[in-house]
Amino acid sequence: MLFSEATPSGFFFLAPWLVFAPVIGLLINIIFGGRFSEKVIGTVASLASGASFIVSVLLAWSLAAGGGHAVSVPFAEWMHIGSLELDWTFRVDSLSTTMMLVVSGVGTLIHIYAIGYMHEDVRFKNDLGRFRRFFVFLNLFIAAMMILVSGDSYLMLFVGWEGVGLCSFLLIGFWYEMDTLGRPSWANSNAGNKAFITNRVGDFGFLIAGFIMFWAFGSFQFDEVFEAARTVAPGIIVAITLFMLIGVAGKSAQIPLYVWLPDAMAGPTPVSALIHAATMVTAGVYLVTRSAELYMLVPQAQYIVAMTGAVTALFAATIAVGQYDIKKVLAYSTISQLGFMVAAVGMGAFVAGMFHLVTHAFFKALLFLSAGSVILGLERGHHHLAHAQHDDHGKGRKGKKDSHHEDEVFDPGDMRNMGGLRKTMPVTFWLYMIGTLALAGIFPFAGFWSKDEILADALKEGFTGVYWLLSIAAFFTAFYMGRQIWMVFFGEARHEAAAHAEESPRVMTVPLMVLAFLSVVGGALNLPGMHTLTLWLEHTIEVHAGEFVMSVAVISTLLALAAILLSWFIYGRDPLKAGQPDPLKKPLGFLFTGMENKWFVDEGYFAIVIGPFKRISQFLADVIDWRFWHDFVHDTVIAGAYNWFSNIALNRYADQQGIDAFANWLGSATKSLSATMRRVQNGFVRSYALSVLLGVVLIVGYLILK
Amino acid sequence: MEFLLQPLTLLTFFPLVGVLVLLFIPSDNKNALRWTALGASLVTFGISLWVLAQFNASNVDLQLVARYDWITVAGWNIQYFLGLDGLSILLVLLTAFLAPISILSTWTAVEERVKDFMLFFLLLEVGMMGVFLAQDLFLFYIFWEFTLVPMYFLIGIWGGPRRIYAAVKFFLYTMAGSILMLLAILWLGIYGQTFSVPDLIAQANVPANIQWWLFLAFAAAFAIKVPMWPLHSWLPDAHVEAPTAGSVILAGVLLKMGTYGFVRFNLPLFPEASVRAAPWIALLATIGILYGAMVSYAQKDVKKLVAYSSVSHLGFVMLGLFAMNEQGVAGAILQMINHGLSTGALFLLVGMIYEQTHTREMKVYGGLWKITPVFGSIMLIVSLSSMGLPGLNGFVGEFTILLGAFGSKSIGTNVYAILSALGVIMAAVYILYMFQKMFLGPQGEIVDEVKKHGHGIRDLNLRELVTIVPILIFIFWIGLYPKPFFDLMAPAVAHLVGMLPIP
Repeated sequence: MLFSEATPSGFFFLAPWLVFAPVIGLLINIIFGGRFSEKVIGTVASLASGASFIVSVLLAWSLAAGGGHAVSVPFAEWMHIGSLELDWTFRVDSLSTTMMLVVSGVGTLIHIYAIGYMHEDVRFKNDLGRFRRFFVFLNLFIAAMMILVSGDSYLMLFVGWEGVGLCSFLLIGFWYEMDTLGRPSWANSNAGNKAFITNRVGDFGFLIAGFIMFWAFGSFQFDEVFEAARTVAPGIIVAITLFMLIGVAGKSAQIPLYVWLPDAMAGPTPVSALIHAATMVTAGVYLVTRSAELYMLVPQAQYIVAMTGAVTALFAATIAVGQYDIKKVLAYSTISQLGFMVAAVGMGAFVAGMFHLVTHAFFKALLFLSAGSVILGLERGHHHLAHAQHDDHGKGRKGKKDSHHEDEVFDPGDMRNMGGLRKTMPVTFWLYMIGTLALAGIFPFAGFWSKDEILADALKEGFTGVYWLLSIAAFFTAFYMGRQIWMVFFGEARHEAAAHAEESPRVMTVPLMVLAFLSVVGGALNLPGMHTLTLWLEHTIEVHAGEFVMSVAVISTLLALAAILLSWFIYGRDPLKAGQPDPLKKPLGFLFTGMENKWFVDEGYFAIVIGPFKRISQFLADVIDWRFWHDFVHDTVIAGAYNWFSNIALNRYADQQGIDAFANWLGSATKSLSATMRRVQNGFVRSYALSVLLGVVLIVGYLILK
Repeated sequence: MEFLLQPLTLLTFFPLVGVLVLLFIPSDNKNALRWTALGASLVTFGISLWVLAQFNASNVDLQLVARYDWITVAGWNIQYFLGLDGLSILLVLLTAFLAPISILSTWTAVEERVKDFMLFFLLLEVGMMGVFLAQDLFLFYIFWEFTLVPMYFLIGIWGGPRRIYAAVKFFLYTMAGSILMLLAILWLGIYGQTFSVPDLIAQANVPANIQWWLFLAFAAAFAIKVPMWPLHSWLPDAHVEAPTAGSVILAGVLLKMGTYGFVRFNLPLFPEASVRAAPWIALLATIGILYGAMVSYAQKDVKKLVAYSSVSHLGFVMLGLFAMNEQGVAGAILQMINHGLSTGALFLLVGMIYEQTHTREMKVYGGLWKITPVFGSIMLIVSLSSMGLPGLNGFVGEFTILLGAFGSKSIGTNVYAILSALGVIMAAVYILYMFQKMFLGPQGEIVDEVKKHGHGIRDLNLRELVTIVPILIFIFWIGLYPKPFFDLMAPAVAHLVGMLPIP
């Protein structure tokens, strides 16, 4: 065992409360929430998540005080069968506490924000009861995520891994009876299913990796696995790490399994921020970092992981350029940034990857929540308009809502409906700007430091290809964010709703300010020369401090600035007019069509995987199983042959010739059966049972007498 | 008197007391009939707990044995021989647990010939208990065949429109396999001079070439019952036509008689043949897992979907059994319980909604979660359990089975385990499909349809909650803390695995 033997002092015994706190929160809301007001429900949930954060802080503090040595906190036995020994054991080390702090910290902020957001959302969608359900799911997510990051074995990690997948499914399909525009539809629930099933494909890889691991190392416990890994053939480790990569691709939305994440934007915006940007999707990055000792043993696998990340980073960034939905842009941006992280941990730059994970959690949560604020702002403007019109029409049509405006489908997330929002939503605008600068990697915002460390490490570790892919991706990143800023906040309103948009309340903007603050100063976590995060993580994984390379920083900054300038040139200088197509559409031609349509990957999957699976299932069910096997073989051939045989053999000869009274009786029974032989019925059984008896008597007689 | 007071005898035959009382209650006093049957099954469940309290898991021998000479003519030595060990205790408990739940589910669903229904149901319970407790092959066979009769009538009288067809098919199909087993039993009994299973195992002197045929003969009976692909054709008919309580017991217990048969008889009686057959069984199991999952997905009738999912789930059980290591076998036994709980619960839930809507066509449903939040949430939990979400019971079983199969020496390749793990993805596909079509999406036409005829679709009532909540407790318990369940069987499983001549 690598962790300290002596009972560690400190707050380690609290570790299970990481999970219990949110579970208690959700139970309170399930059992008593019916009588609670929205405020109480939201407060209970936020406190539960906050308690998790406090426990995380205490654990991190105890860990630091104890010298940073990993501590395992056993809780209960889980599965013990033969050589399989799995326990519910929590692991507190510098890596897990980093994740705990991010998850519960950002999580709690988003809980608070969601009190304001969901208050309005359930009213726009006319189902107040669902407010409580939202917070139950959100607490459940925190619990599952905590299991994921604090488990001491791959299997406990897997429990959280699938648990967060479930929460993702529940929250994507939160408004399961409609589409994102509120029309009755299967769209949202389809998106939920897509996420769950795609993740299950990834989980399949995870499971297989686990099986190989168990039979090669005899354990799922991290330390034991790493210990044993040093002595086995590299081929086995390559297999484990690559199967694990399938899981990473599923959860962290990498090629080829990223397709669920853009659809996941169907969930309410706090969900997009918390689950589909800041925390859950980084689980894959955490997994690779956790398995650092395995990946370090097999450079081939590392290379594949790094390339997967880098290609995803660029690929998704190109799609983001062609999107019109404010959240879709951020979704593809998330995939792209996850690609950065995966590339980093793939190269062995674990600290850089984790660093980017943390800063990205800050600024991407900020961006998503600000986008949520924008969307609600537009919704408010839209409602305001509808009411104004209603008043214009007079009060005579009371009862029915204004039909004209209800018919026109208004998409509050479409950037083509926005424009000029910096005037109507100034707070949101500034927050969004901070998020954008951090994401684009502009000095001195958080993203600058973490992205730069990745790029510098890429060069240092000799991954030149990865370096260039990521640099180009970074260029695209700054470009699509610039495009978004110009389209959303500058120019003139392209829709009346945008002109009447209203700023969001405090309960939403204050958490955003906290996140904005973190997005500004987050880089301080691992400043060159100080290496706070590096020193912290060093206790858990073998790392070396990344160096600050001035040339890399200059190049990437210049690239980002050039991209922003270019985006101004195209979108800012001459703002989009209502109804005008994207200015890039004409010059880029089919390339832009590809970006707009996500390179037709969904369509490809449908043609190659989903369609055939459905058709084969249908064929197996209808033709093979039912018509052939059930109807033809069983009913026609077997039952028919028996009936025919009993008719000929018994009825015609035995009965007519009258061998004896017994045969007589048997024959007539069979005869009555034959009359209705198309659909076998009661008499069939009797005669059959009797012939069975006859046979048994004969055989028994033979056996006794022989 | 001593004979009657033995725990296992009492456990097996106590439902007959209920039968006796039922006979004296007038047929039109339906509630008295229901309460009597429920009471009898609850007492039986109590007895099963009493048996559990006396059970010592660390002892791998048969316990609480009741053994008397029964038929001893012409050199035959047939005994009344009941016994319990770690391989059967959980199934016994499951049977005793599901019986009262099933009876509760009939409270309003069965309105006609209540007396007959309860009679047959309690008789069925006797038969099932006997199957799991009998340690004499002849006695086992009698119980085995005996279960067919009440089930035949349960389907044939209280079933759906094609009930006669389904009942006859169920009866004949199962019987066809049993004949071969009967021959093998007779051969064994005469050859070994005893029908006692532990004695036959101890003799262990069946020649290898004959073992193979005996194995096949037993396997024929059990494989049909499981049902293993491709012998599953009776299952969708029986499940779709059976009344809810019948489906619950059919899926929950009767199918387990097949898998239990493999553990209890095939593996220890014919160890060499079992090892030889393992790769082939694994192949069929894998096909069953994938085939069942795909065919499930293509169903339009929700009950049929659940029925085919059993083919897939039981494939996992078979795969685990023939992995022949502790993980595989223990996982398989646990998965028998899990499948009984989750699929039993699925049938219960489908029955509850069917009672209100009278249709099982998924396409007329939709958006039910909004109208029936409690029902929807419970359905979700049960569905997740069925698709093996970690933290719930299904995962513990499936995971240990796949883990066992992956490293199995008897199967000899991990290809089957990998392919079967694909079944985990497919399970998500068909389960989520079902949940979505019924509970998510826009409101389905059935909602207004039902409203036209009354109050509209209601959420679960108290009786329904009482029916389903006990199952939910076990779904979480086994998922989070399966230790007590594994502890009950672990020594017996280790003992069994140790007997097998694995290369």
